[in-house]
Amino acid sequence: MDIPLDWIRALQGGALIGLSASLLLGLNGRVMGISGIVGGLLAPSAGDVAWRALFVAGLVGGGLIALAAMPGAFSAGSASLGMVLLAGLLVGVGTRIGKGCTSGHGVCGISRFSPRSVAATLTFIGTGALTVLLTGGGAR
Amino acid sequence: MTPRVRERAQGVVALLSGVLFGLGLAVAGMTRAEKVIGFLNFFRGWDPSLMFVMGGAIAVHAVAWRLLQGRPSPLLSARFLVPTRRDLDARLLLGAAIFGVGWGLGGFCPGPAIASLPTAAPTAVAFVLAMLAGSYATARLDPVLTRALKHP
Repeated sequence: MDIPLDWIRALQGGALIGLSASLLLGLNGRVMGISGIVGGLLAPSAGDVAWRALFVAGLVGGGLIALAAMPGAFSAGSASLGMVLLAGLLVGVGTRIGKGCTSGHGVCGISRFSPRSVAATLTFIGTGALTVLLTGGGAR
Repeated sequence: MTPRVRERAQGVVALLSGVLFGLGLAVAGMTRAEKVIGFLNFFRGWDPSLMFVMGGAIAVHAVAWRLLQGRPSPLLSARFLVPTRRDLDARLLLGAAIFGVGWGLGGFCPGPAIASLPTAAPTAVAFVLAMLAGSYATARLDPVLTRALKHP
């Protein structure tokens, strides 16, 4: 049976994501949740800024390396600027209220078998799928 | 290890973790908005590959978490700062629901959006700015929101 290349790449990329989360947890004792890490920078408290800023810098740096090595790995979709602004706003609001996003709940929380994260992940995949269904496979 | 050295080492770990995360997202296909939307498109031509992103990440991280639970503390800090709540509440589900709608509209979640900033694509930049604004405003309004959810 031929396994699609996309699935293999997805597994490889996923393993890298799991590794990065494990480094941050095992060495620094921190959960690799992006909305939380960034959220902490928006309301900075003393002694809790540097690691967050460095993580975000690394994330942008990783994106830069990836862009140089495989430019085809990036595309910003077909949504209009107005739609993207609305999308970003909802993601910012939702991840703050629900205390997490795909990384914090979907990867880190589920890995710890947290019922809250399982419920959150099922919920955001559910409403995401519903949104895509109602917008006909991608908002414009 | 002196506190200063420890703090520096933590910074290096955070930077490295961020780089690996960004690379992983790009390799996995998470930085292609229409691929993410294809994954959320369960009813027409579903692209299941992003299931494998979560699967791969959870497989690695669940094993790491299991191994770490036998340790009293992380290597470079005093304790594991991990959420311990297990109860479900309205806030959690409401927030996750709102996040999902934004995810489905734009095809971006926070990590891939930030990792896409080097492309300088206007939509990626706009998404991140709007996300920061939404997160900041919600944190500011949080006391009001908490009261409203407690006493609807």
